[in-house]
Amino acid sequence: MTMTGAQILLKALEREGVKHIFGFPGGAVIDLYDELSRCPTIKHFLVRHEQGAIHAADGYARAAAQVGVCLVTSGPGATNTVSGIASAYMDSIPVVIFTGQVPTALIGNDAFQEVDIVGITRPCTKHNYLVKSVADLARVVHEAFHIARSGRPGPVLVDLPKDVLGGRTTPKFPEQVKIKSYNPTYHANPRQIKRALDLILKAQRPVIYAGGGVISSGAAEELTRLAETLQIPVTNTLMGLGGFPAPHDLWLGMLGMHGTFYANMAIHHTDLLIAIGARFDDRVTGKIEEFAPEAKIIHIDIDPTSISKNVVVDIPIVGDCQDALSQLNELIAALEPRDWAQAHQPWLDQIAAWKRDHPLSYDRNSGELKPQFVVEKLYELTKGEAIITTEVGQNQMWAAQFYPMKRPNRWMSSGGLGCMGYGFPAALGAQVACPHDLVIDIAGDGSIQMNIQEMATAVEYDLPVKVAILNNQYLGMVRQWQQLFYKGVYSQTSMAVAPDFVKLAEAYGGLGLRAEKPEEVEPVILEAINTRKPVLMDFRVSPEECVTPMVPAGAPTHKMILV
Amino acid sequence: MRHTISVWVDNEPGLLSRVTGLFSGRGFNIESLCVAETVEPGVSRITLVTSGNEQIIEQIIKQLRKLINVIKVVDLTGTEHVEREMALVKVKAEDRFRAEVLRIADIFRCRVVDVSPHAYTLEITGNNEKIGAVLDLLKTLGIQEVVRTGTLAIQRSKKN
Repeated sequence: MTMTGAQILLKALEREGVKHIFGFPGGAVIDLYDELSRCPTIKHFLVRHEQGAIHAADGYARAAAQVGVCLVTSGPGATNTVSGIASAYMDSIPVVIFTGQVPTALIGNDAFQEVDIVGITRPCTKHNYLVKSVADLARVVHEAFHIARSGRPGPVLVDLPKDVLGGRTTPKFPEQVKIKSYNPTYHANPRQIKRALDLILKAQRPVIYAGGGVISSGAAEELTRLAETLQIPVTNTLMGLGGFPAPHDLWLGMLGMHGTFYANMAIHHTDLLIAIGARFDDRVTGKIEEFAPEAKIIHIDIDPTSISKNVVVDIPIVGDCQDALSQLNELIAALEPRDWAQAHQPWLDQIAAWKRDHPLSYDRNSGELKPQFVVEKLYELTKGEAIITTEVGQNQMWAAQFYPMKRPNRWMSSGGLGCMGYGFPAALGAQVACPHDLVIDIAGDGSIQMNIQEMATAVEYDLPVKVAILNNQYLGMVRQWQQLFYKGVYSQTSMAVAPDFVKLAEAYGGLGLRAEKPEEVEPVILEAINTRKPVLMDFRVSPEECVTPMVPAGAPTHKMILV
Repeated sequence: MRHTISVWVDNEPGLLSRVTGLFSGRGFNIESLCVAETVEPGVSRITLVTSGNEQIIEQIIKQLRKLINVIKVVDLTGTEHVEREMALVKVKAEDRFRAEVLRIADIFRCRVVDVSPHAYTLEITGNNEKIGAVLDLLKTLGIQEVVRTGTLAIQRSKKN
């Protein structure tokens, strides 16, 4: 039986188990939207800007641990997704982006709403396709999902010319996707695991440095088992938060530029760094020559290019984190029982002393409303059970510091790209994936304005996401750098002119709340939680609060600014 | 250090720009790049000459392997292999130098592929150094135009 390209695409999506799509229509994809109106199994969420669609698909992918799907038209529809695609690429998030394209006969003619989106997104997708014939469509869609979710996950873009969507063929849906040139290594080499274990058994001061790979491979349990069995402290990257059940005696919090003092000190003094699904980003390592100077390094990652890219390692292990950690745990279980706590006691004592001397802190007695206090209250009143998304900047760092994540897939932040405007649409995606969970976007007054239009989407689809705006009337992180490193010249970082967020929320049909004093925070949060509506909470926090501790850019990580 | 790398690829549209984009985007060097089909339909082979320290070469090879359409990557440097490059050179052929041009061509086993009253066009085949040597000699006589293929390379067969 022949089908149109649009029908084939929807059928392929059904076969992939897609239930939700985030998108925005236009001329090039109008046939597809027409077909979608008769599709009972797929629910489409109409965003108000295409950047919202791609971030929502990203948030959905992280919360559901499934491929997120985004659908936009050609030209500006496609280019508006680029920031979100780049963000998903940097953070290894599986999303498939369908873009409309002008008819094949017009490609290259500078036609209306034509853009070479495959060319534009080549460096920021895991792979991309221009479908030139309807005969290829079914295969390409299934390949796209396969590539997005396998190996090191990432975004895959499929460009769909209008005549391909309108063309007819009898489709052949492949039972299994096979790409001869693409075979990610899942099974870690047992010899390397054995060598890693030898180093682990010898180490006096080991530290685990765990990143987003632990989340995407579903290895949180194995990681916890390893750390608890051997009594090895764990620090997480921004992307890895939730991969270890925080707070926990062995947990060091986040490391790096705004990591904890004790995580960075542990890295600086460790004799064995066990990197798991992390990639030695510059925000983690600081001055690379002085990163973990005394340590041997074991590095587990599914992507060979991540290994020995920035830091040359002693034991490279290419493979899925879950596979590698399971193998390691099995070897350890077969060892003669030892008192690991005792073996590492001097090291654990040292870390406890660092924790005691320099915990995360802020001035609790100033009488002012501090942003950290707001995040702490959010944690307390939600019992640490909310899904948290963040924008980018100070809000993101305070969220990472003061809302410890207990479980994986509950923390969403644009880590690698640092894309302002991520958090709110990502929260909508997460809310679609987890309709019964409380979803909170911890935002700044600057970044929330980058995708504030998605309030309409939240209201339309009854997505009761809560946005906690830490409103300091500045682009706070840039202002902080200007204060510390640019003689206090606040060049273009004032956000003093901003909408009244309470009225704005009401204008969109949501609820707006405001707190200006510490004692107003709790009632505002409680009212937000108990309202089944999208809520904007405007917390008027101290304008010039800095995120501390801080490693200045390019400095070694043990030289932190503490207050 | 200079490395010659062979890359087998699925001959998909845009493949070459994936490869070159990888090099420009990550700040790797390309000294030369040749690409054409192999005997296997749909598979092309790229010969790339690049340079960098050990860590950079390792990254280049891994990054190439990571491209979905790349089938196989082999670093030929450090293995037994043969390298060849071809150049077409248009040399001025004034009366007093005509014989000298032909002598040089003869010594280096070049072929004369075009003759005009004022110029010879020579075809030179050899490794990078040989072509460099010929060009250095011809420069003194007056080169009008040069076009080079870049390096092609293949592994030697095992002797036993």
